[in-house]
Amino acid sequence: MHHIQLGAIDYVILIVYFAFVLGIGWTLRRFVKSGEDFFLSGRAIPAWVAGLAFMSANLGAQEVIGMGASGAKYGMMTSHFYWLGAIPAMVFVGIFMMPFYYGSRARSVPEYLKLRFDEKTRGFNAITFAVMTVFSSGISMYALAKLLELVLGWNFNVSILTSAAIVLVYIFLGGLTSAIYNEVLQFFLIVLGFLPLVLLGLKDVGGWAGLTAKLQTVATQAGFAPGAWSHSWRYVGNAHANPMGVEWFGLVMGLGFVLSFGYWCTDFLVVQRAMAANSMSAARRTPLLAAIPKMLFPFLVIVPGMIAIALHVTRGGLLPLGADGTPNYNLAVPVMLGHYLPTGLLGLGLTALMASFMSGMAGNVTAFNTVWTYDIYQSYIRPGQSDTHYLRMGQAATIFGILFSVAAAYVTTRFNNIMDMLQLVFAFVNAPLFATFLLGMFWRRTTGHGAFFGLLIGTGVAALHNGLVLPLGDVPGIKGGFLGTVLHTYPSEMAQNFWTAIFAWTACFAATIVISLLTKRNKSDEDLKGLVYALTPRLKDRESPWYKQPATLGVIVLGLTVVLNVIFW
Amino acid sequence: MKLDVRLPIGMMFTLLGAILVVYGLVSDRSIYARSLGINVNLWWGLVLLAFGLVMLAFALRGGRRGDAGAP
Repeated sequence: MHHIQLGAIDYVILIVYFAFVLGIGWTLRRFVKSGEDFFLSGRAIPAWVAGLAFMSANLGAQEVIGMGASGAKYGMMTSHFYWLGAIPAMVFVGIFMMPFYYGSRARSVPEYLKLRFDEKTRGFNAITFAVMTVFSSGISMYALAKLLELVLGWNFNVSILTSAAIVLVYIFLGGLTSAIYNEVLQFFLIVLGFLPLVLLGLKDVGGWAGLTAKLQTVATQAGFAPGAWSHSWRYVGNAHANPMGVEWFGLVMGLGFVLSFGYWCTDFLVVQRAMAANSMSAARRTPLLAAIPKMLFPFLVIVPGMIAIALHVTRGGLLPLGADGTPNYNLAVPVMLGHYLPTGLLGLGLTALMASFMSGMAGNVTAFNTVWTYDIYQSYIRPGQSDTHYLRMGQAATIFGILFSVAAAYVTTRFNNIMDMLQLVFAFVNAPLFATFLLGMFWRRTTGHGAFFGLLIGTGVAALHNGLVLPLGDVPGIKGGFLGTVLHTYPSEMAQNFWTAIFAWTACFAATIVISLLTKRNKSDEDLKGLVYALTPRLKDRESPWYKQPATLGVIVLGLTVVLNVIFW
Repeated sequence: MKLDVRLPIGMMFTLLGAILVVYGLVSDRSIYARSLGINVNLWWGLVLLAFGLVMLAFALRGGRRGDAGAP
């Protein structure tokens, strides 16, 4: 394809950004004196900073590129990832789960599992999480480098190594604080870098009304009802009536409940930001404050994809075609940047893209180095060393974590839509995990054996389900059907992933209950104080002003989300 | 507080805003054909500049308050 030409001014903007992220790492390096400083920011982060970092750490490749791609591919239904998935889960983690995470003083999610259940459950979670994290970070890096190569003609290897080196330096120097501060900076850069694109795009297509009119052509050409690209709920009655290929039950249970709660409530990458907050109240408000910008993000990341497909179909050939003749959806956002932004703002938009990749990657790297150091190295390899020893190990883990990610980036070359791949990985590991946490936090009878074998069974069922089904039009292989026989064919990969998650969660939930009832409790009520709902004193937040009360914030956030769902029904 | 995060954010956006405003003033009008004829560098540069200055103001005010509160 034709490369977008950059001017000197665009490079100046990019370099200013690089200088600032490195500068933040450099300035913060003298505050890193202990393990707690490096891994937990000394638990001194104010709620709004932790909140923006909480949201930004998740703003990696899957968000900006993947959501733009999904916006083009599935239209307004992509908003379910936010208004059905993320927001309710974020409210839940803030109000109901944070008291146990923060209150237990656990330093990581696996460590909570050790306190609540036992060593093997922690070990299983720590190892799967470490592997998954390295992979996510590799996918981000791959996506970034591939895009820059395609859109700008930059060298794939140079892009990967440069972005990896910058993230490495600022985390190595300043630890989690540096990652969090940069995530806040990156958050503003992403918003201010992409907003002009949305505004110009909407102005060009004639506002929201003009966009929906053009999307009718897109929908009818693809063989759907005219409104299929501009409504989120109207066509989910039947899986074949909407571009995502899912029906309401799979959507609500698979995405809205299992996958979203599994991700936002148990993934240490995001939970770590809240654990770094400076008080229990701040930790609980972290996901709630993050939910407010989060609910507006569809307008920033999904709408550009929708505009791109509208222009592609009605004005012809905006998006380059892939080998199979379908548009390359992953290019929706970068192509739009080149289409609307002149030299100058183009540099800003590109820098925003870079910032999103870096924030996602830094999130993965800080989560990895903490889990590696505390939950693997300190637990199984070298226990009982000094704090300085573990601090040094954390810094070393930052380096080899990034090296592993770079390796993973080179492995990641087989998927057209990165989102689907990530959903697949999350379905195997995260979906059963949420059942374990739910039972662990709200049912004191849940035992260590129940949790561990429940998790194994859940993950096994995820793999089994995936091995026996296939998305429509795919051949058996990594995408499914690898067990030889295909028992069921889903209308889309997305639907398959949602159902894998539902099966995995249900299997883990049921197996954990049955095994817990058959095994002896390994923790007494005394041990479980502060770890289980019924055994933890209620938090009093009546005294604080209303805007600082988690429950009040949660109700407001949920109310606004309902309104958004209704408007774009 | 170790470092007020609003300080680097304010500095960066003030700088980026200033760069874009200056570039918007000196750049050739023809590059704005793709942005629907709007000099987006100038206008968005002003938005960034304003945002950066507001952040800097918050950081400086916060810093002074922090000093006053110190023993």
